[in-house]
Amino acid sequence: MSSTWLVLGASSAIARAFARAAAAQGADILLAARDLVDAEATAADIAIRTARRAEAVKFDALDEAAQDELVAWAREFAGSGTLNVFLAFGTMPDQAAIDADPSLVAPTVMANFTAAASLLHRLAPVLEAQGTGAVVALGSVAGDRGRLKNYVYGSAKAGLHAYLQGLRARLVRKGVHVVTLKPGFVDTAMTWGLPGLFLVAPPEAVARAALDAAAKKRDVVYAPAFWWGIMTIIRHIPERIFKKLNI
Amino acid sequence: MSVRWKKMALTGWGRGPAADVAAARPERAADATAAVKKAREEGAAALARGAGRSYGDAAQLAGGRAILTDRLDRILAFDPATASVECEAGVTFRALLDAFLPRGFVPPVSPGTAFVTVGGAVAADVHGKNHDRHGSFGDHVEWLDVLLADGRIVRTGPDTEPDLFRATLGGMGLTGIVLRVRLRLLPGSPVLQVRETRIRDLDAFFAAFEAARARATYSVGWIDALASGRSLGRGIFETAEFVPGPAAPARKPLRIPFDLPGFALSAPGVRAFNAVYWRRVPKAGREGLRGLDTFFYPLDRLADWHRLYGRRGFYQFQSVVPDGAALRAVREMLETVASAGNASFLAVLKTLGGEGRGLLSFPMRGVTLALDIPRAAGAVELMARLERISREAGGRIYLAKDAAMSAATFAATYPGLPAFEAALARFDPQGRFASDQSRRLQIGRRAA
Ligand SMILES: Cc1cc2nc3c(=O)[nH]c(=O)nc-3n(C[C@H](O)[C@H](O)[C@H](O)COP(=O)(O)OP(=O)(O)OC[C@H]3O[C@@H](n4cnc5c(N)ncnc54)[C@H](O)[C@@H]3O)c2cc1C
Ligand SMILES: NC(=O)c1ccc[n+]([C@@H]2O[C@H](COP(=O)([O-])OP(=O)(O)OC[C@H]3O[C@@H](n4cnc5c(N)ncnc54)[C@H](OP(=O)(O)O)[C@@H]3O)[C@@H](O)[C@H]2O)c1
Repeated sequence: MSSTWLVLGASSAIARAFARAAAAQGADILLAARDLVDAEATAADIAIRTARRAEAVKFDALDEAAQDELVAWAREFAGSGTLNVFLAFGTMPDQAAIDADPSLVAPTVMANFTAAASLLHRLAPVLEAQGTGAVVALGSVAGDRGRLKNYVYGSAKAGLHAYLQGLRARLVRKGVHVVTLKPGFVDTAMTWGLPGLFLVAPPEAVARAALDAAAKKRDVVYAPAFWWGIMTIIRHIPERIFKKLNI
Repeated sequence: MSVRWKKMALTGWGRGPAADVAAARPERAADATAAVKKAREEGAAALARGAGRSYGDAAQLAGGRAILTDRLDRILAFDPATASVECEAGVTFRALLDAFLPRGFVPPVSPGTAFVTVGGAVAADVHGKNHDRHGSFGDHVEWLDVLLADGRIVRTGPDTEPDLFRATLGGMGLTGIVLRVRLRLLPGSPVLQVRETRIRDLDAFFAAFEAARARATYSVGWIDALASGRSLGRGIFETAEFVPGPAAPARKPLRIPFDLPGFALSAPGVRAFNAVYWRRVPKAGREGLRGLDTFFYPLDRLADWHRLYGRRGFYQFQSVVPDGAALRAVREMLETVASAGNASFLAVLKTLGGEGRGLLSFPMRGVTLALDIPRAAGAVELMARLERISREAGGRIYLAKDAAMSAATFAATYPGLPAFEAALARFDPQGRFASDQSRRLQIGRRAA
């Protein structure tokens, strides 16, 4: 039976790599992005390289009114096949910029958490009805602990992590699997030129980890895997010390 | 759209002196436009950079803004009836092969590595082993989208904005950023029938090329650049044709994990390597099937092979000399290199069929010799001597390889330069695009 991935936030380099890799494995791809021209370019690329069906659709995560329509279109695109969801959209404004302009807090939380939760909540019944399929959503290691340098973004991702735990419990009862993917630093537009990065992974590696996690029905996956070790240490630093760290 | 620059040190494939740049890496055309605009606002010059496979200082700009194209990597359209492909400039030859070889098509012209981007192939108007038959890369380009200094994106082809087309093809990034390319592929297969012949000296090489020129689609000569005396110019001559056949199995790349120490490159070491390479082919020659990758991209299996030349890096000297003067000039070049004892691995000899469409395109009807010169003591003088031989024979040096040519030699040997500078005066009047190479060669600085 055919399988479709709905890729949300398709202009992300991670999303592009994921869509290509999923299509190479035989899936059809529906790319949802707010830059339709860009998503159409990726759709053409995938269709030519893999001969799979690939289409683009305009999508702004903050436009809640359009979410039902998107869900309906995704269901129709998948036809009688399985619909799967890869959720990649998010924004990471500089913490200093947010500190200087508190009006940036709400949109950051909206894009990374609220919009993701409300859209996944609309997709949930569709996924339950088909009784199979997978959701892979991009959390972040930043959501594992609130850090001085990145805590607005981090807290939105932490919220997303908790939401995904609940969604996982809900959907597993109907045969649908939910993966929380927590990348470390990935070489994308989001991190390009930022200071202090280390062990930066190529988007293709994260895409492979995502497909692998979905296939193996893993629940929470760090990508690359060694971030599990790093975050275990970071999570165990006592708060009275952690609060004084400049990270 | 906000543009974030990343500080980087860029060098060419020959690993000469690095240039510190601030780099943007657009993920789509709009990001590239924003980066060029931002560079303009900052009063800094900009330059596109593809895969960094040019050897010298063509793809770097000290103190400037680099626009890296590797994420502009999408194939946008394909028409099997005309074999025409539209793609973004950062698409590599490897990606084209992965997508189209299974459908029976190959890039019309291939440099010696598949890591090169389509944008880089346009900017250098690259040639392959089939120049006599198929010309250079630009001969197969239908149109280009070029992002100009003023932010406009102009579609240009042989008949639309032809001045911009002729300046961009072979123009080494100086007219702007190529964003999209429409080109035609040629029929091909994963397998070639290859004929290898042992060649005892340079006269025999020229005779072999002359005989093959009209018959063979692909031809190339590998010369033992350290052989001298009666063996000067000895080597192996290869001709090839595509034949139908199953794909050869892909082999995993080998890596060079560290810079080789200097002694590995001593003349005796390299001499031994070259001699073994020569004897590999039996005296009587041989003929057989070979995979596309091993014929076109023999070095791609050795990822990072440029580390073989150690930390100091190397020059590549490549010049083309018109037919009439070629035998003498190539002999003199090889004698010069052999007597300098500056160990060079194999040198490459090819024939070229005629001029390219670009104002600064490298090819002319003649013979081209390419050899590596390690950046050891005496290398600068050796490069200057080779440059003089080429110039006096009416030849020219390839910009994609060049790191050492003088501005005077460049101006004297590229007759399209005045027209090129006139085009720059029109499309980039403020000199917003530049490279370390264009500064060394003083391109655009003479009155147009
Ligand atoms: C092993 C090896 C074998 C080779 N064999 C051959 C050969 O057989 N024949 C041959 O012709 N060449 C050959 N080359 C040279 C190579 O093909 C050229 O240097 C080519 O330009 C490299 O492309 P690139 O993508 O790496 O570009 P770069 O090296 O990154 O850039 C080269 C030039 O192109 C410009 N440029 C790159 N992208 C763009 C763009 N999008 N828009 C505008 N300008 C751009 C840059 O500004 C620079 O001036 C070889 C190189 C190697 C390493
Ligand atoms: N890069 C890292 O190191 C890293 C680490 C951990 C987690 N992540 C997560 O990985 C995901 C992908 O990020 P990335 O690194 O690939 O960076 P990215 O290129 O910035 O991707 C984020 C994408 O989200 C889209 N987006 C933002 N707001 C949107 C909205 N309101 N509606 C629709 N789309 C919207 C953006 O669209 P536009 O392109 O149109 O702006 C962009 O394409 C994000 O969730 C990010 O938080 C990244």
